[in-house]
This record gives sequence, C-alpha cells and structure tokens, in this order.
Amino acid sequence: MKGGKAMSEMPLSKQPMIGGSDLSVEFAGLRLKNPVMPASGTFGYGEEYSPYMDLNRLGAIITKGLSLRPKAGNPTPRIAETNGGMLNAIGLQNVGMDVFVEQKLPFLKELQTPVIVNFFGNSLEEYGQAAQRLSQIDGISAVELNISCPNVKQGGIVFGTDPLAASEVVSLVRSHINKPLIVKLTPNVTDITVIARAVEEAGADAISCINTLTGLSVDIRRRRPRLANGTGGFSGPALRPLAVRMVYQVVQAVNLPVIGVGGIMSAEDALEFLIAGAHAVQVGTANFVDPAAMIKVVDGLQQFCQDEGVDSISELIGTLHC
Amino acid sequence: MKNFKTTILSNQEVSPDYYRMKILAPGISILAQPGQFIMFRSQASDEPLLRRPFGIFQTGMLPSDCDGLPDKEFVEILYKVVGRGTAIMRDLHEGDRVELLGPLGRGFEPADDGREQILVGGGIGLVPLYMLATELVKTNKVRLLIGGRSRKDVLMVTEFERLGVETYVSTDDGTLGEEGPVTQVLERKLGKFPGAAVYACGPMPMLEAVYSICQPRKVDLQVSLEAFMACGVGACLGCVVKGAGHSEERPRYLCTCKEGPVFRAEDLDWQLLEQRVNERGEGHE
Repeated sequence: MKGGKAMSEMPLSKQPMIGGSDLSVEFAGLRLKNPVMPASGTFGYGEEYSPYMDLNRLGAIITKGLSLRPKAGNPTPRIAETNGGMLNAIGLQNVGMDVFVEQKLPFLKELQTPVIVNFFGNSLEEYGQAAQRLSQIDGISAVELNISCPNVKQGGIVFGTDPLAASEVVSLVRSHINKPLIVKLTPNVTDITVIARAVEEAGADAISCINTLTGLSVDIRRRRPRLANGTGGFSGPALRPLAVRMVYQVVQAVNLPVIGVGGIMSAEDALEFLIAGAHAVQVGTANFVDPAAMIKVVDGLQQFCQDEGVDSISELIGTLHC
Repeated sequence: MKNFKTTILSNQEVSPDYYRMKILAPGISILAQPGQFIMFRSQASDEPLLRRPFGIFQTGMLPSDCDGLPDKEFVEILYKVVGRGTAIMRDLHEGDRVELLGPLGRGFEPADDGREQILVGGGIGLVPLYMLATELVKTNKVRLLIGGRSRKDVLMVTEFERLGVETYVSTDDGTLGEEGPVTQVLERKLGKFPGAAVYACGPMPMLEAVYSICQPRKVDLQVSLEAFMACGVGACLGCVVKGAGHSEERPRYLCTCKEGPVFRAEDLDWQLLEQRVNERGEGHE
C-alpha cells in the first residue's frame, strides 16, 4: 500500500467510533476523515452548498480554480447536456486570489474540514506568481495544481499534455509551495503514465486524475457547436470507466498517492476508484445533479464497509485483482 | 431551501403540449416567493442527467382528507413538452416519485405602492406571473398582457381573471385575441398608464422588445430570465448573463439562478443579451 497508514499504527484517540468503520485516509501528509471531496469547479467556494449539507462531513473541500487575478470566463452558452454527462466551457471564471482570501476563505477557515485550493495560470510566469501568492495564505491544507483545463486557449492544455512542460511548471510551483502539492492530470493525452512520471520526478506529492475529456456537441439545425467556446470538457457518469482505467494505470506507474475523479455518482462508483488504487476520490458533476450527493457517497461508503465487514476503508485501497 | 424526494399529486394536460404538475412539497410552499423556481428531476431515470429549472406557478395547501395526516403543502409548475426531459415528465402520474430542490433564486419585488401594475407574459413565460399577481391584487389594479404564437400557447387566462386581473390576449396568428405581438398591447397600455410598474417573463426577443419600449419611457421594469443551468445554486456558473457595466476589463457576470432569475432591467447589459440570443439560437429545452 502506498502512502497509506495501517489502523494499528494510529493512536487510539484517532480510531473510529464504536459501531462504525473507519473511513479516514492518510496520504501526502494529509489526514482526511473520509476520502470524499468535491472536484474543483463543481462546488463553488464551498459556501454555496452549505444550505444542503454539513460541510464538516466532507473529507476535504477543493475550491473552484483560482488564478492570481480575477477571470471573466467564456461567453455563453457554457454548458450542454449529453447522454450520461455534460460538456462545460466555463472558462475558469473566478474571483482571483485577493477576493478569495478576503471574502471566501474566512468562511472555509471556520470549518473542521481541510481546504485545498485549486489554481492555474496562463503562462509559466503566472503559475509562479500564483504559487508565490498562495504560499503566503494561511488556512490552506494543500494545493491542487491545474495543468489540464481544456478550456483556455493559451496555457492549461499545453502544460498538461507535454511531459517537459508539465515537469517545468510543477518544478516551478514546487519551489514556492511547502504544503502538499497535488497535480491534476488531463486525460487528453496518448499515454497518461508519461505525464504522471514527469510530474512525480518534478516533485508532486499526489496526483488527481482525471480532469474532463475534451468533447464537442453539435447543434444539428444551426450546424454549429452547442457551446459558444466550440469544444468543452466532458464529465459525468459516462466518463467513469475511462477514468478508472487511467487511475489504475497511474497507480501502477508512479509511487505517488492518487485521487480518483471522473463520473462518480454514488458510493459504489467511488469504491471502484479506491479498489483500483486511489487513496481518495473527487465528486464533480454529481454535485450539480444533487447538491447533497457527496454526503450520500460518504454514507454509502460507511454502509458498504459495515456490510462487508471492512474495519478501515484504507484496507480496500489498491485491492484490484487483474 | 429544501432538497428531497417527493410525490406527484397530479399531472394534467392544460392545452396541447402544455402540462400542469402538482407536487407534494412540504416546506417549499411556505418559503416560496413570486418569481422563484425549483429544480426538478424524475427519480426514475439518470437520463436526462441534470435537474431542470421550472418557475413556480402556484403554491398552496391541500386540506387533510380525513386521513389523520396534516394538510399537504404543494407546489405547482407548468411546462411545455419540447425535449427528452419534458417528454419523460409528461408520462409521470400521481404517486410517482421525483426529486425537488427549492425554492431557488431571487424573485420579483412587488411594488405595493398603489401604482398601476402591468404583467407581460409570453407563452410559458406567464408561469411566474401568477403567484406575483396573487400578491399584487391585494393592493393594486393588475393587468395581464399575455401573448403566444397561437391559441394553444395562451394559458391560464381564466385563472388570472378569477384573481380579478384584467387580461388582454394577443396571438401571432390571430387565433385568439388581438393579432400581433404582446408588445403592441404594452405600448398602448403604457400610453394610458405611463407610471405603471412592468413585470415581464417570456422568450428573450419578447423581453428585449419590452425593454426597448420601457427604457425610453423610464418605466420601472423587472424581467424574469430563462437559462440552461446545471446546479441551480450558483456553483456551476453555466447560467451567467452579463450585468450592466460589463466589459472585458471589468467583467460583471450575474448568475441567473442566484442573482436572478428576476432582474431589474437596469441591472442587465441588454446589448450583450442580444448577442447571447443570437449565439443560443434553437438552444435547449
């Protein structure tokens, strides 16, 4: 088992309540009460969902992707539904790091849930500046580096699809960030293990995989793309088998813990990723379908563990027989 | 805001392709304000995946039917069958389970200051105006100008009249009421009542025409917008519209789901809305 920690090594005080299985996971210097967190961009800055759940029940909260300065995003329409999923081309609209610190972070700091900030830049320089700014912010448990967003014409995709560029940006960010550094990979590559190895060598502490898959949906009457941006990132349950496969490949290829993401709608879906080797999971599109989706996943994991006689969910990680 | 599974009480055709659905909604009917909406999904299926937004037509209380249970709060929506999602809705029956989230968004701000009140509804766009009318008639004289392509697209006229609302019907093809766009009636009424407050909901070209009539006359206008959205709670940023003062350098996007769906006309960037309509074309259901 990579990066995990067996139950017996834990102090008794950290062990689970009687009657329940232990859902906590530990990796990359993070200890989470359960392996469930939102995928960046599907959960706003957390507060949006507070009417629908106790945010303290989540393993972690990952913010909407931030850039150093605010970003306007793409023209509309920005989303289109397809069979078993959806396309989005939001264009990384965000409030910027200063507004985040002033208006969004104080709410998150009050929670008992670790906050992970997702961020991006549109050039190497911007990535560096953003990382520098982030290193000065208190109240963040880890950062997630987006080198894979397919929506922005300059940047994003370039870094995540080329092992040298990926290595360069991760090294640069690493030099500024002392906290756990999670790098989110794009599936829009021929061999994701090549990028995963490059990112590992450049100093990443963990990998989340995968980001959305670039897609195109056509309005057949107007003979134009349904999104104003043309292409968009495909997400949703239809993506899941592809994501589980890529998580499995990456787990085999590197010695880093992996966070699995792609089309998780239920606890059963999350378990596929854990068994394939992920230490944690991110829930994305499901948050749109049901704002309480992640709580149902957490409850479902607890139920599964109890039903199957699993004392600690980390026992399940990477138990896939192939 | 409530997020739960519930039960359909009734689902009836009110005009060809138009349906009225009554849903058990404890908690929602008390909270709901005129102009707010719910997100709805048939529980039976993952296809379509996303919930759909529907304006609240009416809320109320069904008296307890001597079963010892408390009165039943309900919410009513109206919808037109246009795509896969609404075709599934059409086939739902009393007792079927569905998922409901709401009430969501910012509704109308009723001007209860004795002014003339003019409601402008286009097609299915009249839905959120009914609850507004029930509020406004308590203190004001209310007129409804309702337009549609054809006779079958003009809904609920009797319901509005029962509230004491004076209704004026127009259709594009002249099969009911006056022939022509609803906005030509609006121009006449504003000639008579220049100080009226106007509330409009309907297709974007109609809203733009309403705006172009109200703006030069400095008429107080609130519009309810429709947008395709994934979440309904301000997280996906899929339903944004450009607000007044928007520019590339200083972007000002407003979420239709959270800052709307009802906006004061002066808060929106109308030039850019027009572009959006061109981009959208046929668009979504």
